[in-house]
Amino acid sequence: MVPFTTLTAVAAPLLRDNIDTDIIIPSREMKSVSKIGLAAGLFAGWRYREIGGREPNPDFVLNQPAYAGAAILLGGGNFGCGSSREHAVWALAEFGIRAVLAPSFAPIFHGNCVRNGIVPVVLPVDAIGEIAAWLASDPQSHLLTVDLVRSQVNTTAGGSWTFALGDEQREMLLEGLDAIDLTWKWRTDIDAFLAADRVQRPWIYLAGAGG
Amino acid sequence: MAIPLEPQTLFEKLWRQHLIAALPGDIGLLAIDRIFLHERTGSIALKGLAEAGRSVRDPGRVFCTMDHIVDTTVGRNDNTRMPGGAAFITETRAATRAAGIRLFDVQDPDQGIVHVISPEFAIALPGATVVCPDSHTCTQGALGAYAWGIGSTEAEHALATGTLRVQKPKTMRVTFSGALGPGVSAKDMSLALIAKYGSVGANGFAVEFAGAVVRALDMEARLTLCNMATEFSAVTGFIAVDEITINYLRGRRYAPQGAAFDAAATCWRELTSDPGATFDLELELDATTLEPMVTWGTSPQHALAVSGSVPSLENSGTTAQSYQRALEYMGVSAGEAIQSLAIGAAFIGSCTNSRVSDLRRAAKVLRGRKVAPGVRAICVPGSMTVKRQAEAEGLDRVFCDAGFEWRESGCSMCFFSGGESFGKRERVISSTNRNFESRQGPETRTHIASPETVAASAIAGHIADVRMLGMLTPSGS
Repeated sequence: MVPFTTLTAVAAPLLRDNIDTDIIIPSREMKSVSKIGLAAGLFAGWRYREIGGREPNPDFVLNQPAYAGAAILLGGGNFGCGSSREHAVWALAEFGIRAVLAPSFAPIFHGNCVRNGIVPVVLPVDAIGEIAAWLASDPQSHLLTVDLVRSQVNTTAGGSWTFALGDEQREMLLEGLDAIDLTWKWRTDIDAFLAADRVQRPWIYLAGAGG
Repeated sequence: MAIPLEPQTLFEKLWRQHLIAALPGDIGLLAIDRIFLHERTGSIALKGLAEAGRSVRDPGRVFCTMDHIVDTTVGRNDNTRMPGGAAFITETRAATRAAGIRLFDVQDPDQGIVHVISPEFAIALPGATVVCPDSHTCTQGALGAYAWGIGSTEAEHALATGTLRVQKPKTMRVTFSGALGPGVSAKDMSLALIAKYGSVGANGFAVEFAGAVVRALDMEARLTLCNMATEFSAVTGFIAVDEITINYLRGRRYAPQGAAFDAAATCWRELTSDPGATFDLELELDATTLEPMVTWGTSPQHALAVSGSVPSLENSGTTAQSYQRALEYMGVSAGEAIQSLAIGAAFIGSCTNSRVSDLRRAAKVLRGRKVAPGVRAICVPGSMTVKRQAEAEGLDRVFCDAGFEWRESGCSMCFFSGGESFGKRERVISSTNRNFESRQGPETRTHIASPETVAASAIAGHIADVRMLGMLTPSGS
């Protein structure tokens, strides 16, 4: 996973509440058992004129030249709700999005972001509105900074907001850590737990596949 | 003298029982007891694991089903309506075989939707941690399990290590007091809750459903209630173990048998919140006044009593922008009676409401009646076991005689994956869980409701109150 420390980039607003993972990547765009090749399907229902087509819809924010190169999204509440599909986050990452700012995130989507190097930044709805208003006048020069080292979002106009993220989530993003590698450091404890648990709750431990 | 133990919530008990190590920042390294996969998101987890050179630690506690993409028409095979779907099926089959995982394959007589078959075969058990890369995994909390949906990368972690690193959620108890009226069921309870407190009302919480009404629900209704916890933004939803739980599980395939079952049941009966245990948040709803519920907009929180009308902005509990968009998308206007909306289709199915009790309640409405002209009506049982049971009771005849299609089990048209869908701007009443834009097909207008409300609406040709027109009793009786 690519570590994330700080990023200064164009930010694009998608301020609707309840932007679900099927909007982020429609199921029909998940065409193979793969984590890659998904960027083209990102926001397909909004981004293209026709279902399954690839002719850009000029009204969609990420198709507008003013927001070209956006690497940060501003979202509405309950961002990433719905299906657990991690393809939504893989598609965002492949497209080049490295941070999403929203008043709230659906829990599974939040976890998926952290595991794929995207920073989920929770800010009050007013703050996001203020940032979006400031961006809108000149998105290409009004760049936004997400500083994970200081847990801050800053504008070049001097605006600054602090956000909270779990310590471990922050560390995983900062260091680009693989959670499985971290967990294996506890292997002895895991094995000891399982040995004791097998005695206490034998019904949990099934014989094997089949049946 | 023994030191009196501080009263614990059920969630605290579940957490402590699985805690291998407490990590900084309120993270628990938790033991995972059951992992369920499906061909849509489980396939990629197995592939990712193999590509990383890792293996499944304990395949005997991992299960997989074909439910999301699999075709649901009679005579199905590996081909799907969704272009390219067959690759997900064949790759899942190969990957589960290589890993030694029990697969409920396309032609398996036990195939079905993950959250239907996991309880059906007692794969989920009280006190077990159950994860699946699927947001509705919280369904299985109805058994007193700690069950939640994860991403595919987390699934790889669980498969490889038998553990997950979990941010400890806050605790909430939702108490339903009173008693349910006729024609009102678990789906209505969940929609009323989400309408009242919003679709992010439980963000950051593990939610215990409690109270006299919940205690009186049978297991299938409890599964419906917990299913919708994810639409409330809860990490998980669950219900304390009682004799309904124990009796439901006895004799099921993966439950312990005989004396071992009794020994387990003794432990399971401890899985309740202690009297005096404190929660971070408590909500209460009086169920006595609940009516059948139906959604008017594009979020489960956009729900109202079936006797009601589309709310004004002030009463919608949503922002002006979201409200306007929802009205426009759904083709409804403020003040419009919800029952005045004509429907083009009716769907009964999904992990929310496709179990045999759901089908029985719908069949009671449909018996001796006909679906209104021009309405396409489809019933998709949640598992092949449910289907066989329904057929043994003659329910399939009731559905077919009324004019419903009667399908093989799967997630089917709960969502659109590129194949089969309802029409553009077609109004669908559906026993499913999500009324998001384009959820059931491009620009499809979904109204979610209970199976009995779906059945009543199919007959009426418009959104209907199952309590009217004598629909709670079979025609002619």
